[in-house]
Amino acid sequence: MSLSADGIYNFMGLKNYISDIYNGVKSLITGMKVTGHYITHPKEIVTQQYPENRDTLKMFERFRGEVVLIHDENNLHKCTGCSACELACPNGSIEIISGKEIDPETGKSTKIIDTFVYHLSMCTFCNLCILSCPTDAIKMAQGFEHSVFDRSKLTKVLNKPGSKIMPGVK
Amino acid sequence: MTEQELITNIETVPETQEYFINMGPQHPSTHGVLRLLLTLDGEIIKKVEPHLGYIHRSIEKMCEKDSYQQIVHLTDRMDYLSCHINNEAVCLCVENGLQLEIPERVKVIRTIISELTRLSSHQLWWGVMGMDLGAITTFLYGFRDRELITDIFEETCGARLTMNYNVPGGVMFDIHPNFQKRTKDFITYFRKKLPEYDELLTGNVIFTERTKDIGYLSKEDAISYGVTGPSGRASGFACDVRKRFPYSAYDRVEFKEIIYTEGDCFARYKARIDEMWESMKIIEQLIDNIPEGEHKAKTKAVIKLPEGEYYQRVETARGELGVYIVSDNKKSPYRVKFRSPGFSNLSALDTMARGNKIADLVATMSTLDLVIPDIDR
Repeated sequence: MSLSADGIYNFMGLKNYISDIYNGVKSLITGMKVTGHYITHPKEIVTQQYPENRDTLKMFERFRGEVVLIHDENNLHKCTGCSACELACPNGSIEIISGKEIDPETGKSTKIIDTFVYHLSMCTFCNLCILSCPTDAIKMAQGFEHSVFDRSKLTKVLNKPGSKIMPGVK
Repeated sequence: MTEQELITNIETVPETQEYFINMGPQHPSTHGVLRLLLTLDGEIIKKVEPHLGYIHRSIEKMCEKDSYQQIVHLTDRMDYLSCHINNEAVCLCVENGLQLEIPERVKVIRTIISELTRLSSHQLWWGVMGMDLGAITTFLYGFRDRELITDIFEETCGARLTMNYNVPGGVMFDIHPNFQKRTKDFITYFRKKLPEYDELLTGNVIFTERTKDIGYLSKEDAISYGVTGPSGRASGFACDVRKRFPYSAYDRVEFKEIIYTEGDCFARYKARIDEMWESMKIIEQLIDNIPEGEHKAKTKAVIKLPEGEYYQRVETARGELGVYIVSDNKKSPYRVKFRSPGFSNLSALDTMARGNKIADLVATMSTLDLVIPDIDR
């Protein structure tokens, strides 16, 4: 729109001025139509009610929530305590304290894990530990609700008490 | 005070003077912790001084102690909206150094996921851009469509944002059996939904008034500041790395390099909207033609790059990302430098914002699509 020197819109300016208003209002109505469509079609709304749908909510199988040490029903795991995951971890969130076990028959001492410490607070879920594990002893679990009141609770011991290494895993 | 004195007081206009205002570090429209020191004359911007360092994590220094596999996951945290492309840049650089032959399947998978990342980044940008200018509706619409892409990522890569799907030599796992179907479904869905974006925002009179002829950046300035990506291309600077220096599978797909010459906020906006269409075209060309083969080339457990310097550039959603690695034949690099697009784009903000109003600065920053962790690293 053009403004003449004395502050009055000239004729052409007035025409443009009105068409500007017309187009402006039209564009606003076009936008409102989209919103109106979703008000009248509530089935197209995709919101999930999160805490309410907790029972049915299933994460994808590859989702990386936390590191777990796989135990079978006899409380056996596959970790040999080789520390490959500890070396692969970029932030030092895995700490393996290994011990020694003496075989009563042969008298040879073998390395076993004493405690598998996992600092969840330092983990970036990069999956490098899982890739580095030679015996596939650890995996990423789907749990994602990690908030706790005390920071110390985020330091976890992954091997269950009394668990042993699966026979035959080296 | 007598009446006469009052009149003279009113008539003597006090001299105006410049003043300073801090925009940020905690300002909702800076999208992070960026502090801008504005020199103002009334409402007119005289100067914009960005102050950085609020989210500096010394990623480049941390790279010097990490192995080459471990570096990749750090780049997720730079430009978190195009994390897959950042990962790809490091991996390509390492693979160049090792002279590793990459399976064709990996190249195609990487390209598809890169384009999905670009789409999701632009969707988020579109939503946030509307919100910066006062339209909260767009934020919800942008996130609604982005959710479908994050689902694809979650199923195939295992994470929604910081995916870390690349490893030197290939990708971490093969694609999920549902990947192709989900991606195709998404493309058909989004082809219907993208015109909605135009209806909501592009044609909107309030939006166009606030973006047209605002934040002008000339082609010469864009080149001299190194403004790349959609922001540079909106000023007429043909800088698409995918077109100029093709990597991965970009040499075998057809797409248009979006170039606008206006150089204002609206051109930058349009460039990104058009790029979404182009990204969808690229994905459609590749999604049915993923070649069979390995998802990873064989690499040694400990990667050592031969002594020398390596550089790789890729096109992220924001512009050109360069990875420069100096190696001294050890487990970890001697020095790593990232040329991040956000840093260069931010440096042009002063030129673009001068002479505009404060409210226009928000629009200008929004169309630059700044991600602050990318600027600080």
